[in-house]
Amino acid sequence: MASTYTNPEYPYRRSPDQDATQPVHHQVIIVGGGPAGLAAAMDLALHGIDSVVLDDNNTVSVGSRAICIAKRTLEICDRYGCAQPMIDKGVIWKHGRVYFGEEQIYEFDLLPEQHHKIPAFINLQQYYFEEYMVDRCMEMPQIDLRWLHKVAEVASTANRAEIVVDTQDGPYRLSCDYLLVADGANSPIRDSLGLESKGQIFEDRFLIADIVMQADFPAERRFWFDAPFHPNQSTLLHKQADNVWRIDFQLGWDADPEEEKKIDNIRPRVEAMLGEDQQWELEWASVYTFRCRKMDSYIHQRVIFMGDAAHQVSPFGARGANGALQGVENLCWKLAAVLDGRAPASLLDTYDTERQHGARENILHSTRATDFMTPKNAVTRLFRDTALDLARDYPFARSLVNSGRLSTPCTYDDTPLSTPDRAEFSERMRPGSTCLDAPIAGPEGRQEWLLERLGNRFTLLLFGEVAADARQQLEAALASLDREGHHTRALWVLPQGQHAGRDNEVVDTEGVLAQRYDLRQGGVYLIRPDQHVCARWRTLDPDAVAQAVHRALGKTLAEEQAA
Amino acid sequence: MSTLITDSNFTDADAFYAALADVHRDRSDAESAAINARLILLLANQVGNQQILEQALAIAGQVHIKE
Ligand SMILES: Cc1cc2nc3c(=O)[nH]c(=O)nc-3n(C[C@H](O)[C@H](O)[C@H](O)COP(=O)(O)OP(=O)(O)OC[C@H]3O[C@@H](n4cnc5c(N)ncnc54)[C@H](O)[C@@H]3O)c2cc1C
Repeated sequence: MASTYTNPEYPYRRSPDQDATQPVHHQVIIVGGGPAGLAAAMDLALHGIDSVVLDDNNTVSVGSRAICIAKRTLEICDRYGCAQPMIDKGVIWKHGRVYFGEEQIYEFDLLPEQHHKIPAFINLQQYYFEEYMVDRCMEMPQIDLRWLHKVAEVASTANRAEIVVDTQDGPYRLSCDYLLVADGANSPIRDSLGLESKGQIFEDRFLIADIVMQADFPAERRFWFDAPFHPNQSTLLHKQADNVWRIDFQLGWDADPEEEKKIDNIRPRVEAMLGEDQQWELEWASVYTFRCRKMDSYIHQRVIFMGDAAHQVSPFGARGANGALQGVENLCWKLAAVLDGRAPASLLDTYDTERQHGARENILHSTRATDFMTPKNAVTRLFRDTALDLARDYPFARSLVNSGRLSTPCTYDDTPLSTPDRAEFSERMRPGSTCLDAPIAGPEGRQEWLLERLGNRFTLLLFGEVAADARQQLEAALASLDREGHHTRALWVLPQGQHAGRDNEVVDTEGVLAQRYDLRQGGVYLIRPDQHVCARWRTLDPDAVAQAVHRALGKTLAEEQAA
Repeated sequence: MSTLITDSNFTDADAFYAALADVHRDRSDAESAAINARLILLLANQVGNQQILEQALAIAGQVHIKE
């Protein structure tokens, strides 16, 4: 086997906690140093919350698994301070081709839209993705990362969780206010608490082979339905970093996973696809059966589940790790607000409701993609083949062809944290949406991006001129929010052609911000710490702003529940 | 003259496709064929316009089944 990557080995370190006579108490303990656990530690650190991360292993993902990292994930990682190495190392792509039999039936572009800091998608092996996160975690003093510390037992009461951790020096005990569990799809902790992740298993098997080759195919996603070299099944070819290519062969339910994993059986499949002259070496291969499932509730007293432990999807659409990070950023600002005493504990329930919605959407999309790829009966096969056939000449049929709807963040349409629109606005940035990026300029014409400015605090975007008295009232309202601990920043957006003078002023240099947010003179948006819109108005009303901040912190919800 | 729309006109193509697969779930071949016939007649009536229906029929008629 070839190897382009050597897994780092992180050393076991003995913690002073292991020598304590009584179990040491921490605010937050995170189980699992995969994408979800590492992201949570960084997110909390940026909110000033310390955490202990426990991982039973001493390295990052062995073999790649996830390869497609979505724009929103990179935007989140950019906030954590680890997106740049990912983008530098990853393969940026936005073009895809779909084949049916011998022929290409159509091609597509993912993000024809300009003016975004972060590319639509990159392909990067999961081990790099995790390694860059680990590097960033190690720079953050709030994070205590412990390798080869395996959580063996978990108990939870209404106000704390207690755990037993196994190490090479023997077991030790810890307690915490909140235990965040990201121990992966099989989550032994979930099982040990008698909890379940429910859903369906797809009766199909896939051979995932990562091969190393020098090839001058472009960095495109190529997907075959019923390829001549792999008849009646689908095949996917996608480029990753270091000239590693992901090939994904659908095998059918009857395939023998142990046999299919053998190089002698992989070789003829790859040769049929690439030709016998193409040089390549196998880097990693595995045979998977995929499932879509989730827990009914991610919160069990003081134990909160995240990532694959909470919800799992088939990989078509790349919604696993990408969905995990959206969940993490949803949870962490809320947890920080609750731990700081700025929000009622019931705010955490909205992590469950909002991300149940997110998981349902991800599961729906990946189930539909799986159903399209693997028709369950003769008539759906006929419809699928007919859609593919028509797609060549008739664009409408392309909208039916589904080889995976690539991960985009979901909109929290029904969340109680949003203040419903009173005025007419375009749909795109409605309350609950993730903020779209836009190029802006700060003082002295400094080029910046909107999302960098939004950061992880409540932000009020104000567009254009505001009357002097309204401005004064606003300052009073923000000062009063500040005193309650709900720091909300005002960011004044000036139209194209003007110049930013103060630090909290920026210019909409391309007019893109006003256009994306349907903003006119005097318009206002309130943005949550996870960069989701929670309210918007055509004219500034400082009282309404204060109410909307309270609502977004779950206070209205808590009062309604109490009433 | 009215023209058949061949660009996507679905409000939610994936939801339509999933519902189409659902209506055929666990049906016999004869039932599926009958469902398709009923669906075509319902949709044809919805379209109504004879010029458009004839354009759709012309495209639909161009089948070449590989033996
Ligand atoms: C073939 C394949 C392709 C995929 N492609 C994509 C893709 O393109 N894009 C995408 O977004 N997603 C993809 N995914 C999904 C993605 O890999 C997962 O969603 C992601 O790894 C979930 O992260 P996690 O942190 O929840 O769990 P994991 O990555 O499973 O991490 C769990 C961690 O917990 C640790 N752990 C477990 N038990 C304990 C314990 N008791 N004590 C301490 N530590 C423990 C483990 O060592 C591990 O480090 C793919 C998956 C597969 C299988």
